[in-house]
Amino acid sequence: MSDKLERRSFLKCMAWAGTGIVWAMNGGVLGSSELVLGAKSKSRFNFVQISDSHIGFNKDPNHDVTKTLQEAVDKINALADEPAFVIHTGDITHLSRAEEFDTAAQVLKGVKTSKMFYVPGEHDVFTDEGQLYRERFARGTQGQGWQSFDYEGVHFIGLVNVLNLKQGSGTGLGGSGFGQLGQDQLAWLKNDVKGLSSSTPVVVFAHIPLWTIYPEWGWGTDESEQALSYLKRFGSVTVLNGHVHQILQKVEGNVVFHTARSTAFPQPAPGTAPAPGPIKDVPADKLRSMLGLTDVSSVSNGNRLAVIDSTLA
Amino acid sequence: MLKRSKLNLALILMLAIAAVAVTARTPGTNPNEIVIANFSFEPATLTVKAGTTVTWVNRDDEPHTATANDKRFNSKTLDTGDRFSQKFDAPGVYNYYCALHPHMTGKIIVK
Repeated sequence: MSDKLERRSFLKCMAWAGTGIVWAMNGGVLGSSELVLGAKSKSRFNFVQISDSHIGFNKDPNHDVTKTLQEAVDKINALADEPAFVIHTGDITHLSRAEEFDTAAQVLKGVKTSKMFYVPGEHDVFTDEGQLYRERFARGTQGQGWQSFDYEGVHFIGLVNVLNLKQGSGTGLGGSGFGQLGQDQLAWLKNDVKGLSSSTPVVVFAHIPLWTIYPEWGWGTDESEQALSYLKRFGSVTVLNGHVHQILQKVEGNVVFHTARSTAFPQPAPGTAPAPGPIKDVPADKLRSMLGLTDVSSVSNGNRLAVIDSTLA
Repeated sequence: MLKRSKLNLALILMLAIAAVAVTARTPGTNPNEIVIANFSFEPATLTVKAGTTVTWVNRDDEPHTATANDKRFNSKTLDTGDRFSQKFDAPGVYNYYCALHPHMTGKIIVK
């Protein structure tokens, strides 16, 4: 086994064990999978991903998720470099109620950044197919809330994979129970990246992971392979997801998959509990070490992207 | 005397604990009730006569829904302790799932 492969499986193991270590992706660790930013880009920039704030949740282990979201915002505002923008990868609310969206919007208004981008989680859309969500958080997006934009030579794509969920589990009969992209969005995606040069770094963000983490809990997305096939030719693809409330990471060719912690409550590592859902018996003084945010930045010489997770502790 | 009453007390306590344990395991007195717990519908398959009203009750800390695959019925959000009832008049098989956790599935067979 080559050194590179060993390192890769080592990283995978660490990620699957759900350890709360800080990930810093750079050449030394991820070898050929290092993320190269456009050579033209000289300026350093960073952006932040937060996820799964579940405003409205009020049970163990966190009876005040508005406060922990506020703490995440304070952390963003305390960063040495103000982020160019902040991405929220869904489950803004717990029950898609208007007042939950209002509270979230109020807290997130305090983020010191020039723009927020959102994709919905299933908790934001399950009562009304995402109508309230789109009214408040999807301005300027296309279709059912998907979007793309460019920043400093990097192409960003926000995908919606929580609508039209179909019953079933990856191991049983019926559907997969997975996230759904849908043919309309896939057609849009194919067209969206058509004109881009293959050296353009691409960052994709969506709520449910775009790789199969654990089919028994529906932790995967149907048609994600089709979506990723459109991105195959790109030298650097970073996929940022939420949903699982823990850091998991996988590297496959030029694609780095990464999931973020929640700002509300942790969930069990895949298969370590009878069901997903909040880990309830977290001691109060431990909770914040299981919540957090993800800071993504180009490193100082301007040709790498670093993904660094930090906790609220 | 004292010894015996202590023994009796212990026996009564044991019986009481056993009774509680049995009650806790039984989904409910209503045979047409489906309990949602630990991210599953219990029983997952329920067979009823036409005209029966089926009730779902959420005993999880997480919200769930009971949503028919064909959207014929939809409980909307069931928070902890919430109930939802649906009358089944026509014989057939009704597959449903939780819209938040679609890996949770169930089936009503109406005869």
